[in-house]
Amino acid sequence: MTAAPVLQVQDVTLAFGQVTAINGISFDVRPDELFAVIGPNGAGKTSIFNVISGVYRPQQGAVTLHGESLLGRSPADIAHRGVARTFQNIELFSNLTVIDNLMLGRHQHVGYGTLAALAWIGRARSEELRHRRAVEEIIDFLELAAWRAYPVGMLPYGVQKRVELGRALAMDPKLLLLDEPVAGMNLEETEDMARFILDVREDLHVPMIMVEHDMGLVMDLADRVMVVDFGTPITTGTPAEVQRDPRVVAAYLGGDMQHEEALS
Amino acid sequence: MSTRVSGRPELYTAYGQDMAFLNTRPKQLGVLAVVVVAALLPLTVSDDLLKLLGTGLVLAIGAIGLNLLTGYAGQVSLGHAFFVGVGAYTASVMAGDPDGRAMGLGITFVPAWILGAGVVAAAAGAIVAPLATRLRGLYLAVVTLGLVIIGGYVFTEWADLSGGAQVGRDAPKPVVLGADLTVDGAYTQEQKLFWLFLVVLVVFAVLARNIGRSKIGRAFAAVRDRDVAAGVMGVELAKYKLIAFVLSSFYAGVCGSLLFVANGHFGPERFSGGYGLLLSVQFIAMVLIGGVATVSGSIMGAFLIALLPRIASELPSFLPFVTTASNEHPNVFEIEVGLYGLLIIAFLLFEPRGLFGIWHRIRTYWKSFPFSY
Repeated sequence: MTAAPVLQVQDVTLAFGQVTAINGISFDVRPDELFAVIGPNGAGKTSIFNVISGVYRPQQGAVTLHGESLLGRSPADIAHRGVARTFQNIELFSNLTVIDNLMLGRHQHVGYGTLAALAWIGRARSEELRHRRAVEEIIDFLELAAWRAYPVGMLPYGVQKRVELGRALAMDPKLLLLDEPVAGMNLEETEDMARFILDVREDLHVPMIMVEHDMGLVMDLADRVMVVDFGTPITTGTPAEVQRDPRVVAAYLGGDMQHEEALS
Repeated sequence: MSTRVSGRPELYTAYGQDMAFLNTRPKQLGVLAVVVVAALLPLTVSDDLLKLLGTGLVLAIGAIGLNLLTGYAGQVSLGHAFFVGVGAYTASVMAGDPDGRAMGLGITFVPAWILGAGVVAAAAGAIVAPLATRLRGLYLAVVTLGLVIIGGYVFTEWADLSGGAQVGRDAPKPVVLGADLTVDGAYTQEQKLFWLFLVVLVVFAVLARNIGRSKIGRAFAAVRDRDVAAGVMGVELAKYKLIAFVLSSFYAGVCGSLLFVANGHFGPERFSGGYGLLLSVQFIAMVLIGGVATVSGSIMGAFLIALLPRIASELPSFLPFVTTASNEHPNVFEIEVGLYGLLIIAFLLFEPRGLFGIWHRIRTYWKSFPFSY
């Protein structure tokens, strides 16, 4: 297990004025790994994603993907380097169909310019067809065939979450960031999504970072878990190690339990 | 691969069929019918109405351009009249008489000055585009409004270019294959110009539809709907806003090059002060009333706006209290101006998808007839 890490985050600190959202967080993600980040609300989990995908710029630290620094690059540039993500509150293009949303995921791979697009002959046409086939593979993979021609704004919530995963997969990512993939889902939808996440890891071999509040899902799926609280890392380890860590229990239940018992 | 199964027109056996320009049989037949009717229209309609319809065709090119920018890419611009003006003057200068009173280069080849007007206007659009990467929404609208003010001043003061205030200059002469279309012959000027405008509109409408269904059109929609998510998906925001401005101004320039051909003469007043602003607002009205992010809607909206003066002038025969005398109230001129505002508000409130939305509703109704669901 000494393969070079895909992503390395070193000592990142991000502050908005006086509020420190991330305070010296370091971790790395290895090939084929499903790395989970958990923590109470406001712990800075989504901020970590925003730093990796270039939406926020941290004051300190380093973020490297396959040895290349990501800091200071635009979100589009980072996407071109192979980072794809989903959002906590679905950020799909709700007027567009499922197919068009997934085709937007392939945007950076579609190779033709404005003039070719005007004429729609030759390269524009063949590229559109080629990428349409790639998109249909993902539609098959995520079982979205029944919905493919609908505007995504009309689809049920659970399906929209799946479309968002599909759009990220359409980017052919080297690293996938999943922000609460099962938030607000019922049991069936959660189990479906869990199966798709496992499929992505096993069939597509895409390393993933997952932020999630569903502890059962995190503990069952993740290879390693990092716990953060108030932007500060508490511990990182396998699910079993993390569950036994008294600091984690304290972070979730609020304060030092033994200490409070002693007071009472 | 792409075999057609006879009798099953909605069964696609290849992705190419699904992605085709007109992907259903009714669309193919419908568009063909509209084009044929439009081509035969000059033979049946009176010349004064034909002139208005011809203006509608030209305005439709500009409306498609603004729809690419505002409808598809979501960047509100009140400066469209400025780019139309740049196109009008570029075409006039290119086609103008080199020995005339105003500037002229004597390039009479029609496609040359049409495309030249588009290219110069597009270059002006490229210079303005960086503003859009810094500003959005109302701020962008106000700044682009400034273009109309600046442009109006430059056009009025630059007498070599525009002929000067109250004087104006000649519009380009459309000479196709040695025949001047503005001279009556076997067919009248209005008929020949209508056919010229129709050909240009069909070409540019097809190009715009292609943009809409391409990578560029999807990127525009992404920028419009969620710009943060668009960036994270790898869509370069600044680049696509630039492309939107360049394409939109190109269309505006082409529209401008043809807008005064029928009149043969135009002054800088058309692009300065109140008239310049009114022209920009009229283009916004065409997009909103016609249908945001649709090419067919832009065309419908342009026709409605072009015919509005005519519709208003017919009002007194239905509403006896409306007069045609400009010193009495309410007169048709007041009603015409008021109608722009009224139509925009009514459509935004009751049919935000515009005329295209109404058409869509009718189509859906007959698709599912006799069931209402």
